[in-house]
Amino acid sequence: MTQGFPDLWDARGFGRWLDAAFNGIVARWGETLEWLFMPVLRLLLLIERGLQALPWWVVLVALCALAWAASRSWRMVVLVAVLTVAIGLLGVWTDAMATVALMVMATVLSVLAGIPAGIVLSRSDRLRAAALPVLDIMQTMPIFVYLIPFVMLFGPGKIPALLATIVFAIPPVIRLTDLGIRQVDEGVVEASRAFGGSTRQQLFTVQIPLALPSIMAGINQTTMMALSMVVIASMIGAGGLGYQVLQGIQRLEVSRGLFAGLGIVFLAIIFDRLAQAWGRRMQANLHRGG
Amino acid sequence: MSIKIRVEGVSKIFGPDPQAAMAKVRAGMGKARLLEETGLVLGLKDITLDIPAGEIFVIMGLSGSGKSTLIRHFNRLIEPTAGRIVVDGEDILAYPEPRLRDFRRRKIAMVFQRFALLPHRTVLENVMYGLRLDGVPKAESRARAEEQITLVGLAGFEGRYPEQLSGGMQQRVGLARALATNADILLMDEAFSALDPLIRHDMQLQLKDLQARLHKTIVFITHDLDEALLIGDGIAILKDGELRQCGRGAEILANPTDDYVARFVRDVNRARVLTCGPLAEAGEPPPPGAPELAAEESVEHAFPLFAGGADVLAIRGADGMIAGGLTMRRAMQALAQG
Repeated sequence: MTQGFPDLWDARGFGRWLDAAFNGIVARWGETLEWLFMPVLRLLLLIERGLQALPWWVVLVALCALAWAASRSWRMVVLVAVLTVAIGLLGVWTDAMATVALMVMATVLSVLAGIPAGIVLSRSDRLRAAALPVLDIMQTMPIFVYLIPFVMLFGPGKIPALLATIVFAIPPVIRLTDLGIRQVDEGVVEASRAFGGSTRQQLFTVQIPLALPSIMAGINQTTMMALSMVVIASMIGAGGLGYQVLQGIQRLEVSRGLFAGLGIVFLAIIFDRLAQAWGRRMQANLHRGG
Repeated sequence: MSIKIRVEGVSKIFGPDPQAAMAKVRAGMGKARLLEETGLVLGLKDITLDIPAGEIFVIMGLSGSGKSTLIRHFNRLIEPTAGRIVVDGEDILAYPEPRLRDFRRRKIAMVFQRFALLPHRTVLENVMYGLRLDGVPKAESRARAEEQITLVGLAGFEGRYPEQLSGGMQQRVGLARALATNADILLMDEAFSALDPLIRHDMQLQLKDLQARLHKTIVFITHDLDEALLIGDGIAILKDGELRQCGRGAEILANPTDDYVARFVRDVNRARVLTCGPLAEAGEPPPPGAPELAAEESVEHAFPLFAGGADVLAIRGADGMIAGGLTMRRAMQALAQG
């Protein structure tokens, strides 16, 4: 007895075909891809081990220096210092460093790919119309769904975790770069053209500088989204704080989950405040100068 | 008088497939019907115009007349649908992109209604902008920029940002930026329209003063006839994308070619614009000892002399000879016309 929607087409058959096709891709390209991403993996491990090998107070001082550079405010420095020490006191320092490494790597790669992508979108209405739904899907699709193909291609580990994180985290920086450039005062761009600015000169002397506050907001959101992925990414071997949360569930240890969870919250606050303060200073620079 | 910019039969239609619409316009379709039938906008229709070198040439019209569209053709910020633009004997529409960039960097500069300064750069950096685009070394750009900043009276403000300056000062920065590239053509798109009346008048006088020293070819767009008559050597009047009249200010006032121009010039202070020269009558020889007035003086200056008791003024021409006499009746008649 079939109930519900009639079988208008063979969804299951199509599904089987899709699986077979993807398996074919994995068999044909899996090793090549793994080899291609080897340098990325090495860099990620280097950052992770480096952060973990540094004495805790060096990391603390570095974060405080960043806070000062971004905000020029002692309150911000104190806040960052307190939160950083709290992460250590929770006993999750090593895992937190692994998480920071993954997040930083995912954010940097997202920004490196996302800003040029946003610039390209800002130049063509048609491309933008095609890309926006794709970006929406990337953000709305349950994250677990990305994990499947990436794990199949690379096997469980840090690379599929990194790539799934990038797919999830890259849309804001693309979107806000595009938006920022489109919102730049037409008159100023026209002036640049009128004085003989090439496309490149218009981009680097007018459009990008004036879009920077928007681009910074995109980078901030991308950072937060990358951080929010760490728990899920730990399911496929990303390690770090997310892995502790996962273990907390498996072993039914409230404390383990809570401490690691608080660690994630503190990291989120630190990086959010840093990015926001930086963005604000950039905005102030834009209008009033240093 | 050599011709700097020659505009030959330039038309501009905004919208998709302008060439098809162009054929309809050539067949005599007007702006309103074109919009109704095709949704395309006729921006300019068959404009032919010669802009002489070394003068301030004013293009004036109300909003929607196409004046801002026309001025953007001179540096190809807008490309025409039909026609030719010839600058110093060269067809600039034939320029490939790199040649066009050089043309914009060295030969023609622009001042904008809303200033269009770079908000993230200082006054000095803004004035250096055109030179830096052209690859002029930093030290030289800086020196040339500082010179222009002093010229427009902004010395001491080099390190400020545009946001920190008043509108009038911002437009001086815009002017300095345009002068810094040493271009011999200056396009000014309603450059003073966004300023307060007092500041505007100061800027008009400053522009005339600068022009007396620099002798550039300045194309000035305005919707204000008083401004046009004050600073313009030649004036072109546009309406609905069509050229209605082109000539010297006094000529246009004296002989408006059609109703539109006539209505336009009605409210002008004619006494300030009409000069005494053309009004002097050889048949009215001034009595010996009559007060003298130079031919290029405006009629405005004649009235205090009439009030002082003179019946006829002696008008002295540019050649130093007395060209004729000007009676109060003749002066009044000239003012009453139009």
